Amino acid sequence: MVVKEEVLKKTQAYYCLDCGKCTSVCPISRFNGGFSPRRILVGSLTGRYEETLKDEKLYTCLTCGLCGTRCPSDVKFGEFIKNARFEGQKLGNLIPCAHGGAIQSLMRIMTSPSLEQRRLGWVPRAAKVAEKGEVAYFVGCLPYFDAFFTDIEVDSLKIAKAAVKILNRAEVEPVLLKNERCCGHDLLWAGDLDNFKKLAEHNINAIKESGANTVITTCAECYRTFKIDYPIYIGPLPFKVLHITEFLIDSVSQGKLNFKKTRKKVTFQDPCRLGRHLGMYEQPRMVLSSVPELSMVEMERNQQSAICCGTSGWMNCDAISKRIQSHRLKSAQQTGADLLVTGCPKCYIHFKCAMKDPKMGKELEIEIKDLTSIIADALGR
Amino acid sequence: MGNKKKEEEFEPKIVVFACNWCSYAGADTAGVSKIQYPPNVRLIRVMCSGRVNPAFVIKAFERGADGVMVSGCHFGDCHYMFGNYQAKERFEILKRLIHILGLEKERLRLEWVSAAEGGRFAQVIREFVEDVKKVGRSPLAPITI
Ligand code: SF4
Ligand code: SF4
Ligand code: FES
Repeated sequence: MVVKEEVLKKTQAYYCLDCGKCTSVCPISRFNGGFSPRRILVGSLTGRYEETLKDEKLYTCLTCGLCGTRCPSDVKFGEFIKNARFEGQKLGNLIPCAHGGAIQSLMRIMTSPSLEQRRLGWVPRAAKVAEKGEVAYFVGCLPYFDAFFTDIEVDSLKIAKAAVKILNRAEVEPVLLKNERCCGHDLLWAGDLDNFKKLAEHNINAIKESGANTVITTCAECYRTFKIDYPIYIGPLPFKVLHITEFLIDSVSQGKLNFKKTRKKVTFQDPCRLGRHLGMYEQPRMVLSSVPELSMVEMERNQQSAICCGTSGWMNCDAISKRIQSHRLKSAQQTGADLLVTGCPKCYIHFKCAMKDPKMGKELEIEIKDLTSIIADALGR
Repeated sequence: MGNKKKEEEFEPKIVVFACNWCSYAGADTAGVSKIQYPPNVRLIRVMCSGRVNPAFVIKAFERGADGVMVSGCHFGDCHYMFGNYQAKERFEILKRLIHILGLEKERLRLEWVSAAEGGRFAQVIREFVEDVKKVGRSPLAPITI
């Protein structure tokens, strides 16, 4: 199989030394002895590639990239998994989807060109937003998550409102695209390349039409997708993509934003997509420490070694995910921080869900806020 | 939406999730009493309206259903005690999602029909089919045939 050779080659799988460092650091393997990245990789190299494609374990990996930080041969395991999933999906293998696949269905519905969404009902009346302009704020799936997770009170749209508030304070009137789609991150990582491309093309066109030359996101996954995957699978983008932290750093240094005192001790959950995928460890920390009287403490495992929030792409949410989440929340508590700050709306949802667990939820409780929200709060009224 | 011009001949495709103990039996009652209702509905029997995962409804829309109805026992009659309360909660979420997606609210319906209410079952279906006909074909219909 030619594709197989190509996948193994471009992800440097052939360099694997069979050392097992990946398995020893993998958060899944830690709680689920049946899962081993080394075994998946070495198996695929030694004649069991076709079986790997059919194996449900292919979808167990969080593509968090932690194994990559230890691998002596720089094997791109996450990329390997992504490419293997493309092929697995071509064979029509079923993916284990959380929530019965509802979220993937919503995303596939968004590929329909004739959809006229009502996704901007949340925009506060006082907010200054535009239909055309230089800077667009990409909201992504927040309106859908907000509705879908009503029962665990995730209130995802708080993040979007916070972003608009920040932009307005920095004298930016952001374009909100009334018919943007999901960025496609989750379909891409589920191996559904065709539908990913449809979403991507739709978004790129919508942004072009708005006249924006800069797109700001508040989601680590949207950011990675725009930054890395759109150029790979679609082509170079005619606009610049910024994560809100990058925008904040600029605005703060230009003196456009002033924060009020916020006496809080916070710890930060590095999102895999922002941290290990893009190396943005410093930026969120810089933003947080620009708030007066806000102090930062680190969890034992942070930055390159941070542990993922336990679920990725609305697949594979199970007892193992809950164990990873409870482990992570406990280490956040151990720092003595009053507040856990997340940089990705999905980390926020997953932790919030773990804290709502009827059995162990109470033990895991810690105040949690998204980075965008805490910064918007620090701006005062 | 979509193919407005073809409206006269438009026959909507409607998916109904009906609980085994009340609504499905209600449909049966309609049948044995020879009460007619339009053949646009595809009835899917579930044990309880509480079994209807929101994903079922969203997937039905994804596959091009023009309308989806969830139907169960009246409150207090659910054979699993609170299945229909759960169905009601989830329905509220579904309503919000359908709204954001830009689909008309007429495409989604929740009804309580008991086993004895054959006439009512037929009536509800007639109304629903009429409502969906008015809003026309689902914008998602063409993606899968
Ligand atoms: S990417 Fe993360 S979850 Fe996947 S094998 Fe590596 S460490 Fe484990
Ligand atoms: S850490 Fe790298 S070299 Fe070692 S087994 Fe894993 S993939 Fe192979
Ligand atoms: S059994 Fe009919 S709704 Fe539960």
